[in-house]
Amino acid sequence: MKSLAELKAIKEKTQAAVGMRQDNEDKIRILVGMATCGIAAGARPVLAALVEEVEKRNLHNVSVSQTGCIGVCQYEPVIEVVAPNEEKVTYVKVTAEKAVRIINDHIVNGNVVTEYTIGSVAK
Amino acid sequence: MFRSTVLICGGTGCTSSNSEKLITLMQAELVRLGLEKEVNVIKTGCFGLCALGPIVVVYPEGAFYSMVKEDDITEIVEEHLLKGRIVQRLLYSETVAEDTIKSLNQTSFYAKQKRVALRNCGVIDPEKIDEYIAVDGYAALGKALTELTPQQVIDTVKASGLRGRGGGGFPTGLKWSFAAANQADQKYVACNADEGDPGAFMDRSVLEGDPHAVLEAMAIAGYAIGANKGYIYVRAEYPIAVYRLNIAIAQAREYGLLGKNIFETGFDFDVEIRLGAGAFVCGEETALLNSIEGKRGEPRNRPPFPAVKGLYGKPTVLNNVETYANIPQIILNGAEWFAAMGTEKSKGTKVFALGGKINNTGLVEVPMGTTLREIVEEIGGGIPDGKKFKAAQTGGPSGGCIPPEHMDIEIDYDNLISIGSMMGSGGLIVMDEDSCMVDIAKFFLEFTVDESCGKCTPCRVGTKRLHEILERITAGQGELEDLDKLEALCYYIKENALCGLGQTAPNPVLSTLKYFRDEYEAHVVNKKCPAGVCKSLLSYFIIAEKCKGCTLCARVCPVGAISGTVKEPHVIDLNKCIKCGACIEKCKFGAIIKK
Repeated sequence: MKSLAELKAIKEKTQAAVGMRQDNEDKIRILVGMATCGIAAGARPVLAALVEEVEKRNLHNVSVSQTGCIGVCQYEPVIEVVAPNEEKVTYVKVTAEKAVRIINDHIVNGNVVTEYTIGSVAK
Repeated sequence: MFRSTVLICGGTGCTSSNSEKLITLMQAELVRLGLEKEVNVIKTGCFGLCALGPIVVVYPEGAFYSMVKEDDITEIVEEHLLKGRIVQRLLYSETVAEDTIKSLNQTSFYAKQKRVALRNCGVIDPEKIDEYIAVDGYAALGKALTELTPQQVIDTVKASGLRGRGGGGFPTGLKWSFAAANQADQKYVACNADEGDPGAFMDRSVLEGDPHAVLEAMAIAGYAIGANKGYIYVRAEYPIAVYRLNIAIAQAREYGLLGKNIFETGFDFDVEIRLGAGAFVCGEETALLNSIEGKRGEPRNRPPFPAVKGLYGKPTVLNNVETYANIPQIILNGAEWFAAMGTEKSKGTKVFALGGKINNTGLVEVPMGTTLREIVEEIGGGIPDGKKFKAAQTGGPSGGCIPPEHMDIEIDYDNLISIGSMMGSGGLIVMDEDSCMVDIAKFFLEFTVDESCGKCTPCRVGTKRLHEILERITAGQGELEDLDKLEALCYYIKENALCGLGQTAPNPVLSTLKYFRDEYEAHVVNKKCPAGVCKSLLSYFIIAEKCKGCTLCARVCPVGAISGTVKEPHVIDLNKCIKCGACIEKCKFGAIIKK
């Protein structure tokens, strides 16, 4: 290493992984239902897509974690987006492609993808 | 990228309760379920809550699993990591909440803590330099070398108010400025990691959990005083710390963060490790320097102080591990940030090693000025079995005992000295009503007698005599005038011993004499040990009304001192009794007492 710029480059490369370990109550949490019903319906690729997208976009304030059965098994894979001071948004029948769009529209740009939410599907 | 990170404590505490095995098992289970590319397992340094080890923490959920056994690993992997269901029964009880988990910062153990020196312990993988860099590692060195002059570095440390964390409490910035002012062809930076106080293990934990912080700080000190060579003097009894330090040094050299022309500024600095053989006196600064030079570990006369004539006769800055661990944060966040924590004369935080009769045994870091009551009752979780607090011993063999009436004292360097104790390296041993204060004083004197290097007479002979008098008192052969003799000898040693070890060795005696004189008198006058510790002054009795004649005590007595017929009260033959206590342990009716 010769310069501060190189030091900074290493920091940027690794800080997302370490940042996961710091308790931060302002984080946006994305929860993926990963009980048997979720896994059977294809929650694993959804989880992988979410994690990949978060990393690709360098979103430090977003955590992706698993949760158990959310209770609406007919709509699995289900994901929930929990942002501080905002109402929880539940997306249903999510696929890897939908997951990428949810990150793009909702997490990055703040527009809930209404057509994927439980409200519009259950109607 | 890994979606989940499992941190498993690899500090000495958790390692001794088998955390290495947990890591291997965890990795095998992850492979079995095909999760090894999704879940990252990391061996970290100490989390501080050693009483609940081995500790396993899973992120991003922040689930804090305590006292994890080999058999629990499969459940954690299958339930939590595969299916996302947190294993409630293994959670640290304070983090369990209705339908979620509470963050660690909301538990009574962590809520009042402020982690500066320990900030990376239990967070990063100490064997990977990249992880240290991710949390701003070596940014302080970069800032010092490229933006600050050596004088500005010293001024920052001075303004922060940081004082030596090894015990003396000497202002660190001032020490650096002395060494900087002395012109010499060669100067040295040394790190005192010869942690020897019984019960203190904060330096070990910093070295095990965040070794790069110490290397970075030493390089900063080298830049500030104009030294290009550093030595870390660490005891050989800390194999994990030594192992990780060696890894850290190799990685820092590889990255060019130690060695020649660091950050292309023309500044050279490198560090070597010296292993100590475990003599307590080698924690004394001049004895330590002798030992690094390969000489016998005996103190030198001061002055000249090390800042003038230290290692190999050259100006040397010697600081303790915890002191160094604060430095990078001070350079990065500024002196005002650090000075905003703590009390008027003691700034920042201090790490304490909680031990003895306390529920949450472990490492805690609190702002200076936190009261002893907060540390013992809130962070420490109080005393087990509802027993009463009797005293807290701070400063190890150099410190004293703090009685209950001083529990609300705000802990800092000067307040502790004013009540006859001292900060020392930060060992904090809690004693309850079952501890005999004379016996405690004897314990510490036994330690100093063993560890006295023998160079000066007051310490070599004086501590021996002190110990003999205490032996007499605890054996029931003491006389009232012994108490005056003790006191006079204590002051003599304090005034005449050569180094800090001897000068402070009488503190445990003096402080217990001051606050617990009635216990000494009970031993001497009534020939009784009120706490029931000193064997010679105890007798065991069976209360006839409570004894059901179950014969259990008679059967466990190793010397056949208990006799009696079935269903009749038994009696102990005091002439045969060796006071081992086996009968008390077994009696189900509380019929046996010692007094």
